[in-house]
Amino acid sequence: MSARLDQLGIVFIAILIIAAILVPVLSLGVSANSPFYLPPYLVQLLGKYLCYAILALALDLVWGYCGILSLGHGAFFALGGYAMGMYLMRQIGTRGVYANPILPDFMVFLNWKELPVAWWGFNWFPYAMAMVVLVPGLLALAFGWFAFRSRVTGVYLSIITQAMTFALFKEFFRNDFGFGGNNGLTDFKDLLGFSLQTPSMKAALFSASCIALIIAYAVSRAIIGSKYGKALMAVRDAESRMRFLGYRVANYKLFAFVVSAIIAGIAGALYVPQVGIINPSEFAPGNSIEAAIWVAVGGRGTLIGAAIGAIAVNFAKTFFTGAFPEYWLYGLGLLFVLTTLFLPKGLLGLALKTRERQPSRPVVPAEVIEEGVEP
Amino acid sequence: MTPLRARRLAAHLRALRAIGILAVMAFATAARADAVDDTLAKFLDDKFPQTAAAIGELSAEAPPQAAAVLEALADNRLMIDQADRIVAYKTAAGALLNAKTGETIPDSNAGAFKKVRVNNALRSSIQGAMGSLTLANPDPEKRLAAAGDVFRTHDDKALPALQTQLAKESDPRVAAALKLAQASIFATSDTTSTQDRLAAIATLKERGDQDAQSLIDGISQKATDPAVKSAAASALSAIHARLALWGVAQNLWYGISASSVLLLAAIGLAITFGVMGVINMAHGEMVMLGAYSTYAVQALLPSSLQNWSLAFAIPLAFVVAGVVGIAIERLVIRFLYTRPLETLLATWGVSLILQQLVRSMFGAANRQVSNPPFMSGAFELGGLSITTNRLWIIVLSVLVFIGLQLVLRATPFGLQMRAVTQNRRMAASMGISTSRVDMLAFGLGSGVAGIAGVALSQIDNVSPNLGQGYIIDSFMVVVFGGVGNLWGTAFGALLIGLANKLLEPLIGAVQGQIVLLVFIILFIQRRPRGLFAQRGRAVEA
Repeated sequence: MSARLDQLGIVFIAILIIAAILVPVLSLGVSANSPFYLPPYLVQLLGKYLCYAILALALDLVWGYCGILSLGHGAFFALGGYAMGMYLMRQIGTRGVYANPILPDFMVFLNWKELPVAWWGFNWFPYAMAMVVLVPGLLALAFGWFAFRSRVTGVYLSIITQAMTFALFKEFFRNDFGFGGNNGLTDFKDLLGFSLQTPSMKAALFSASCIALIIAYAVSRAIIGSKYGKALMAVRDAESRMRFLGYRVANYKLFAFVVSAIIAGIAGALYVPQVGIINPSEFAPGNSIEAAIWVAVGGRGTLIGAAIGAIAVNFAKTFFTGAFPEYWLYGLGLLFVLTTLFLPKGLLGLALKTRERQPSRPVVPAEVIEEGVEP
Repeated sequence: MTPLRARRLAAHLRALRAIGILAVMAFATAARADAVDDTLAKFLDDKFPQTAAAIGELSAEAPPQAAAVLEALADNRLMIDQADRIVAYKTAAGALLNAKTGETIPDSNAGAFKKVRVNNALRSSIQGAMGSLTLANPDPEKRLAAAGDVFRTHDDKALPALQTQLAKESDPRVAAALKLAQASIFATSDTTSTQDRLAAIATLKERGDQDAQSLIDGISQKATDPAVKSAAASALSAIHARLALWGVAQNLWYGISASSVLLLAAIGLAITFGVMGVINMAHGEMVMLGAYSTYAVQALLPSSLQNWSLAFAIPLAFVVAGVVGIAIERLVIRFLYTRPLETLLATWGVSLILQQLVRSMFGAANRQVSNPPFMSGAFELGGLSITTNRLWIIVLSVLVFIGLQLVLRATPFGLQMRAVTQNRRMAASMGISTSRVDMLAFGLGSGVAGIAGVALSQIDNVSPNLGQGYIIDSFMVVVFGGVGNLWGTAFGALLIGLANKLLEPLIGAVQGQIVLLVFIILFIQRRPRGLFAQRGRAVEA
């Protein structure tokens, strides 16, 4: 299955490269009357799906290959998004409602006199990009360092990741916290001097998302293919055994968790200029759980499947919330139930299994192996 | 009707009324009627000093119509006809009554009347006069309220009436309130002797509530007499300390109340998590179903049984949530038995479906669930204000806790459940049907969540999102308290509820919650299996 996955990976990259070139061409180079014309709103929508795909890929790296079901990856995504949003906010400058050259509108509105320290430097693009990587990365490092060293695993870990994003959700809602309260950051004007509203900017952001997905995939693939990746999967399947063999299990998990958080942060940073807003609802625990279902639907432990799952589920969401709004939650709920019951390996797992047509050895779940040594 | 004819008619009627007045005066005692007459006549001048004198006389002599007249004066409803020298007042309904005789003046005459002017100084003396009038009211409740009014205004004009009433007061409660009111006047008045003021301050200090505090605060700032000033300052600090103590006690009460809600919401989760090792993300929806069961019971019961609605709602909520729980276990969870992480996702899906189902059936808007009479209102206990519905929820949570302990400790099913919690494989080897225990434990845990929903319907909005608000807090309680031991859950709920409410005044509600979440995240690093973890010799998977 691994060899086929690698082949599929090349196809996946090829498709993304083609999309990165073709979509801007169809959006900018084709007349609006042509049947092949892609209107800017559609380009924007596809770009949004790609950001979700990057987030799903990040989650798959820790869930599929390390057995950590993080229900707080939405927090890393949102933090990356906030870092980008802060840069975009500072770029508005005197074009805001209150025309304050330094302070964003909401600070003027709150009667603040000077820029909080957390906002310093965000007018400088490289600094903002560094924060996109550093803030989620450091949070994951601190959180993971505590959690993995003290051997918090399984359901407990999932619950405290959820508590983490819930705490951030509450904190970012506060006006005093200094990130726009429940309105969040919005009304962005331009990125690196180019207006966000033009079709060419939307096409450029789409291509950037394609490239980011390719890089995220390549990095994850490289990690998994390495010796380190094999040890990571061994930790997933039999953590105690790896510990008894002398591996520092916590460090393996921590590395994967931090890399995954950084990828999620980058996804968030690409997401914000495309949707034009970032607010605390991105931290809502429900969002993180939804990301987990994208991975489960596509097939965890495949990377490509996670990306496909994210795009497929979000496409369905866009379609159903438009066509049958009251039935979407039933559909999403059933998707959660049916996928976990009948598609443990996801769509991609199903496809690979039917293509190979070889009866695979019944997989003994890791938890059963572990239970042999439980009380 | 032309104006001319109207005037003529009015003149006739005035003549008629003069006869009427004479008739009434024949019944009244001459002296008394004269005094009232003189007093009322002062209003006719419509000059502030005269009006003030009239107010004073009304309050001192207290004729039967005094209250109505003063009230009308304060509301600009007192009217005078200067030509015919008649004082009248308009009732709230709009009828014009003669102030002296109380008979109705026909609408056609109303044109001759004009309002008596009042200014703010007059208004405040009207208030004082009203207070002293009601001080003599035969109803002790009214007297008590009047004494409270005097305490708040501490207007020394009320002092004579107050002292008169105090001398003959028989009801001890009213007497105490009157003494307090008198103390408030003495304490604030600069003309009272130092000795009286000190005694008054001591009385106020004994009362020691918010009102007394603000009163003494004013004295300590304004008083010129050094003895009074220092007495006020020391009384103030004593009251401060006392109020702070009551404040802490009040927060403790809020904390215990919050804990009881948390305990109800979390204890079912602790059972299912303990027995099966899976977290039911749809647990909050079981709570929500319980709340909607209460709504349905109240909507369907005939009005004669409404007071007993909770007696029907609690068993119904237990059964509805329990049956739904068993259905979830049979249809979903038992197939995911070896994959606890995926159970999180599947039950989350179930929770979305249940929310949408309830939204389709009952609508997205909040539903109104009423408190039965014995659960509404509040009462004072010392300096504590205690709402009755919160008190009953605490009682309910204690009962549920005791009931579950009994089930666990005293029934064969409880024994089996504990065995499966401690060691599933060995329990199975001993012939316990673990699958049956799973199913029933899930039903029990969900049913208890349903009962929690009945309690929550009494204090929170009943909406499809009800459960979402409690689910994460419930997780925290279970994670903190550990599984397999209900005392852990109770302790976790108590600690989290208390900490939440005690942190609230210090750093705000949201900040307090965040601090607690961070604390629990750090705590679980030290004790990954909770505070009351089961001990075993095995490696933790």
